[in-house]
Amino acid sequence: MSDNILSLSCKQLRDKILAREITSVEAVEAVFNNIEKVEPKVGAYVSLDKDRALDEAAKIDKRIANGENPGLLAGVPVAVKDNMATEFGTTSCASKILADFKAPYTATAVSKLIDAGAIVIGKLNMDEFAMGSSTENSGIKQTYNPWNLDCVPGGSSGGSAAAVAAQMCFASLGSDTGGSIRQPASFCGVVGLKPTYGRVSRWGLVAYGSSLDQIGPLSKDVTDAALMLNVIAGDDERDSTCVDESIAPAKDYLGELDTPIDGLKIAIVPEFIESASDEVAAAINSSIEVYKRQGAEIVEISMPHFEYAIATYYIVATAEASSNLARFDGVRYGHRSDDIKDYMGVYSKSREEGFGQEVKRRIMLGTYALSSGYYDAYYLKALKVRNLIRQDFTQAFEKADCIIMPVSPTTAFKVGEKTQDPLEMYMADIYTIAANLSGVPAVSVPCGFDKDGMPIGLQILGPSFQEDKLLRVARMYEVNSGIEYRKPAILD
Amino acid sequence: MANIKYKTLIGLEIHVQLKTKTKMFCSCPTGFGGEANTRVCPVCLGMPGVLPVMNKKAYEFSVLAALALNCNIARFTKWDRKSYYYPDLPKNYQISQYDLPMSENGYIEIPTDGGETKKVRILRAHLEEDAGKNSHATGNYSQVDLNRAGTPLLEIVTEPDLRNGREVRSLAQQLQRIVRYLGVSEADMQKGHMRFEPNINLVGEIDGKEFKTAIAEIKNLNSFRALERSVDYETNRQLEEYLETRKGMGQVPKTTRGWDADREITVHQRSKEAANDYRYFPDPDLVPVVLDDAWFEQIKSRMVELPLAKERKFISKYGLSEYDAGVLTSERSMAEYFEEAIEAGGDAKRVCNFITQTGLKLANEAGKSFVDLGIEAKKLAKLSQMVSDGDINASAATSLISKMVESDEDPMVLAEKFNLIQKSDTAELEAIVEQVFAENPQAVEDARAGSKKEKKSRGFLMGQVMQKTKGQANPKVVSGILAKKLS
Ligand SMILES: [Zn+2]
Repeated sequence: MSDNILSLSCKQLRDKILAREITSVEAVEAVFNNIEKVEPKVGAYVSLDKDRALDEAAKIDKRIANGENPGLLAGVPVAVKDNMATEFGTTSCASKILADFKAPYTATAVSKLIDAGAIVIGKLNMDEFAMGSSTENSGIKQTYNPWNLDCVPGGSSGGSAAAVAAQMCFASLGSDTGGSIRQPASFCGVVGLKPTYGRVSRWGLVAYGSSLDQIGPLSKDVTDAALMLNVIAGDDERDSTCVDESIAPAKDYLGELDTPIDGLKIAIVPEFIESASDEVAAAINSSIEVYKRQGAEIVEISMPHFEYAIATYYIVATAEASSNLARFDGVRYGHRSDDIKDYMGVYSKSREEGFGQEVKRRIMLGTYALSSGYYDAYYLKALKVRNLIRQDFTQAFEKADCIIMPVSPTTAFKVGEKTQDPLEMYMADIYTIAANLSGVPAVSVPCGFDKDGMPIGLQILGPSFQEDKLLRVARMYEVNSGIEYRKPAILD
Repeated sequence: MANIKYKTLIGLEIHVQLKTKTKMFCSCPTGFGGEANTRVCPVCLGMPGVLPVMNKKAYEFSVLAALALNCNIARFTKWDRKSYYYPDLPKNYQISQYDLPMSENGYIEIPTDGGETKKVRILRAHLEEDAGKNSHATGNYSQVDLNRAGTPLLEIVTEPDLRNGREVRSLAQQLQRIVRYLGVSEADMQKGHMRFEPNINLVGEIDGKEFKTAIAEIKNLNSFRALERSVDYETNRQLEEYLETRKGMGQVPKTTRGWDADREITVHQRSKEAANDYRYFPDPDLVPVVLDDAWFEQIKSRMVELPLAKERKFISKYGLSEYDAGVLTSERSMAEYFEEAIEAGGDAKRVCNFITQTGLKLANEAGKSFVDLGIEAKKLAKLSQMVSDGDINASAATSLISKMVESDEDPMVLAEKFNLIQKSDTAELEAIVEQVFAENPQAVEDARAGSKKEKKSRGFLMGQVMQKTKGQANPKVVSGILAKKLS
């Protein structure tokens, strides 16, 4: 019974809850039973609150019993990355500097989940302040890949991906600044969607790179990704960078999800596929075949500025981060050093003790990039290149409906394998970063396993604010690839 | 004795707090005083994950002020982050405007001696958020009050076109009048609504050799008086220091000096060896502001006639003295009241006197503005007509004004009620004159036209008539009768 519940998608579970075949309380119990077994090995959560979850679930059950429909996610247990503020529990961003931070507000995206009837059961581990690609930079704990506990789950939303893969929640929210939803989704064999910049409110999302950050769902399948997006998308008067409804209204992403796109044109950049590992390249190539069989036309394009994406990203993101993280100073909240002599000491000691190494590295990089005398050569130039990358996408989408490429050059790597070489870790984000720089939406869909049984992800990128089309393309793959939903052996 | 020629170059950095109901980027109320940290929210406290949203009203206020300062208004501007660490700055960056300010290249006209005006160029005016306040009152700790953090500030930077304390004070007063007219700021210096930081140095020649002193910035100026005195003090101080050390710009660093109001001197605070690196960059949390035609027109339609224009009009059109025109235009409500009274038929000089001599005194005593005394402008106009028509005399008018503060009755009704109507009936007054002549034959002799004592004796006779009428005789009518009878 419990096992059956856990394998359900959000949509299936919701329908069963609304039909009163399963109660939300049962779903929460099932999830926590599984968490008891699996979480000690995976370590996806920074904090969990079973009592609160059961209380909320009971309320939902009562509303349903009273004939109400609590919403699109009625009674579904979900979890959110720990960089999204919640009035309950802590919001640590997996950083020592915010370890005990309690936010007096809830992120809009999280509020929308709750308003749709979802039960937020806990907060998920991540690279500290979302800076990293393996969740090894968490200042709180290590998360392991449910498919192989020696491997990383990816990052920075490693907890969000691992929890969904290990059935410790039915879907989760992550944030994606340079691939932080898509890459862990790919490593953990789940669907991960980075919506268009401005599609989902950033209110309450603790900023890393404000012009790149975007909240999105991680789920078992594409339908759930569409369902989650239906819940969280939309304008927010508290976020001026959210797109105006009159310019790009949020859509019903489930509406035509199962309607294939006629005459689908898919762009590929051959060298992007070639540069991935053999097994990843083979998986992407067979994905292309899946689309071809459905009558898709494959268009070869070039994206000449793509190769500058990583360099550009590490200037823009770190510059913004150096400023965004300035507020963590030990004055008003968060960690304050005991060893203080003057106000500069409050800053330097508290920050020295509170921030991890990678966060410090990026703050220094960003501070340097914005310093007078270097601004033009780094930050300003990065903005120019960013525009060129945007143009690459504009031109690509004139020729095709979407672009497909790998999510990551490799499958999940071993814990500790790349921690000594930050640059090598940065290079692993080669395929995901450009979508953040240009703002376009992109999704990672499971597209097979390597010889060690580690999941591989297919990345599909679409034009801005056309998540409906993007998700339809993803769904076309999911339906026709013949790849069935698998769960990691750890759950057996 | 050295032959010294120099001029003082003074530029101002001015911060004007805008009178919006809420802060620049959150919905906290603005205000002054109150318990510390009570007008704060997650946004102005700089908590994690919060986002600023621009206060449109603040933007409109700053456009209006910049228009009044003859600035070019940018149709596209953005927000930048200015980074520095200080406990009163919650995010450790201030949201400001760097390379695309909302306005630039304007000027403010200030009155100078002899009715002339001088244009002081304005480099730029931009919008930003205020910081909080640190206090180091007791113990080995400091406290931070963030009530003020996030209040909208208009920063105005002038070119160094000012030459002395008097001009600086004049600019400050002019600016205060302008922003109050526009209703965009309370502009009270004591409350920090308007903060001036003069940058001063001297350039000139000593015995034919050029010199320049290092620039000093003066802070801590809380009144017009402090502003004027500090500038003049600093001018002399720099000259004396240069004469003593012969070290000027380039040899000594730029400094910040604080005004010590008790000792009336400027005190060295710190040297600015190198320019601060504020690491400005565009704020990614805020979208650029596009001022389209419709919005711009809407803001422009709220422009009012500015104080200096009104002042000139009062001088040229109504023949008022410079002084009176200045007093009347010191407050927009009073200037508009004055115009309304003239419109209603009042005599300009008379109404002016009513307001500036009697009205303001009463207002002062009541601790109110003149307009808040509640005398209707058309009633003051009527009072003016009553004097012109000879119904009452000037002193009666004065006492009637205080009665009008307390009563809504028509001034004529009040004048009758308090027996202040003048006797202007010629026949009646002629009889009284006859009676006075009969009682004072010698004076009548002396008062005849051409007599040596004519003036003095006529005055005496006038006094006698006034005494008999208890001061209610119309002096004009009486002197007419006297003239006729004594010719
Ligand atoms: Zn606030």
